[in-house]
Amino acid sequence: MQSTEIAIIGGGPAGMCAAQAAAEQGARVTLIDRGKQLGGQLVKQTHRFFGSEYEYAGIRGIHIANILEDAVRKLDNIEIKIDSTVLAIYGDGVITIEEGENYKKLTSKKTIISTGASEKMLVFTNNDLPGVYGAGAVQTLMNEHGVIPGENVLMIGAGNIGLIVSYQLIQAGVKVAAVIEAAPQFGGYHVHAAKIKRIGVPILTSHTIKEAIGKEFVEGAVICRLDANWKQIAGTEKKLDVDVICLAVGLSPLVELLWHAGCQMKYVPQPGGYVALRDRDLQTTVPGIYIAGDASGVEEASSAMIEGKIAGLSAAEALGYNKNASHMKAKYMEEINILRAGNVGKKVREGLKMLAV
Amino acid sequence: MDFVLFDGKSLRIIEHPIIQFPIKREVTFTFEGKKLKGYEGEPIVAALYANGIKVLRYSPKDHRPRGLFCAVGNCSSCLMEVNGEPNVRVCVEELKECMVIKRQVGKGTFRGGESSCKVQK
Repeated sequence: MQSTEIAIIGGGPAGMCAAQAAAEQGARVTLIDRGKQLGGQLVKQTHRFFGSEYEYAGIRGIHIANILEDAVRKLDNIEIKIDSTVLAIYGDGVITIEEGENYKKLTSKKTIISTGASEKMLVFTNNDLPGVYGAGAVQTLMNEHGVIPGENVLMIGAGNIGLIVSYQLIQAGVKVAAVIEAAPQFGGYHVHAAKIKRIGVPILTSHTIKEAIGKEFVEGAVICRLDANWKQIAGTEKKLDVDVICLAVGLSPLVELLWHAGCQMKYVPQPGGYVALRDRDLQTTVPGIYIAGDASGVEEASSAMIEGKIAGLSAAEALGYNKNASHMKAKYMEEINILRAGNVGKKVREGLKMLAV
Repeated sequence: MDFVLFDGKSLRIIEHPIIQFPIKREVTFTFEGKKLKGYEGEPIVAALYANGIKVLRYSPKDHRPRGLFCAVGNCSSCLMEVNGEPNVRVCVEELKECMVIKRQVGKGTFRGGESSCKVQK
């Protein structure tokens, strides 16, 4: 049995920032990730980030991953476990881990859960056919492993992910037949929409997918128009000859470990599904268990990084490490409020109101 | 604008405006008894895709074809039999020389340690 002061589960932007913030206050940290490398989903984000200059706006996600990892590796009070999947958190605080091919146990005084999110599904005929992917899968395959998913893509969802991944597909030499969006207007930033419109990719709003065509693999898709009440309009069906259907219809927080640990959970649509109640320090209803990043509610990577810092500082502070933790925490709370201000952050603010304890 | 070239036969990206893909060692493996080539350490599914293989298994109840869906080890859509072991997530399992890869049907079969480099009994 190993022991640590702060266990952090998930080594993406939130987890790495939490590890750095806590370790800089003096706490002993174990950062655990199931992947072969740290970085979470940053490692496939080839676009330049928006958000705050403090969280690397203007820099490509793939490079932010390197910056954060370098910072974490410089601190010798952080132990890094990669290729390590946390299997469970037990009532007595024991965390079990499949580390490589070994079964290990770890106890911690505080635990931060920053496990990220997973792609949402959409209901349509033949949605289980090979060739239907989550947008993140397409990014992983092409940007991390250098293999394209197919030749002609129907993108479903015109939020930022749908728009950005469409552009990345084109950069990789793949044709995007259309981006469809159920809402009457696209949800992503205009700059991302403009990039693909200039290349000639149509963005069809008030449209949905009716069915995927194919026996063993996607060979086409039928789309149709939606009326003002989001009902399909008969007679507007159109067949597209695509071999890839890419879903960018939102994400749900990965909260299995939070359920397992007994945190009080609540279904709130804005952050993407079931999420844990939390206090200002990002501590859940189970004392000593904190949340950060998409696992606490789906948002941008920049807010994940700040949440990571807040959770890391809170956990360190609770253990008595306080070089300047209280001061830094106040600063980051102010920073995240700025990120969540205005029209763009309205949904996030509404969701958070329902989750405060 | 710089478009990327790929060779038309394979789905591998040869040139990309932003990303450089490091050249890895080529290894040989078998899929359904057929000898194929891929790169050492890449996810098995990347090597299969590069060889045009996209149907990875058939579902237990309705025998529906299943392919890659999440690519990061979350969803279990890509379970295959690798070296005689069923339920391997080929989106995160790394390709190695001599691997024996089979489409999984239903819940799959445990066959024990298989290798394409040994003489099979």
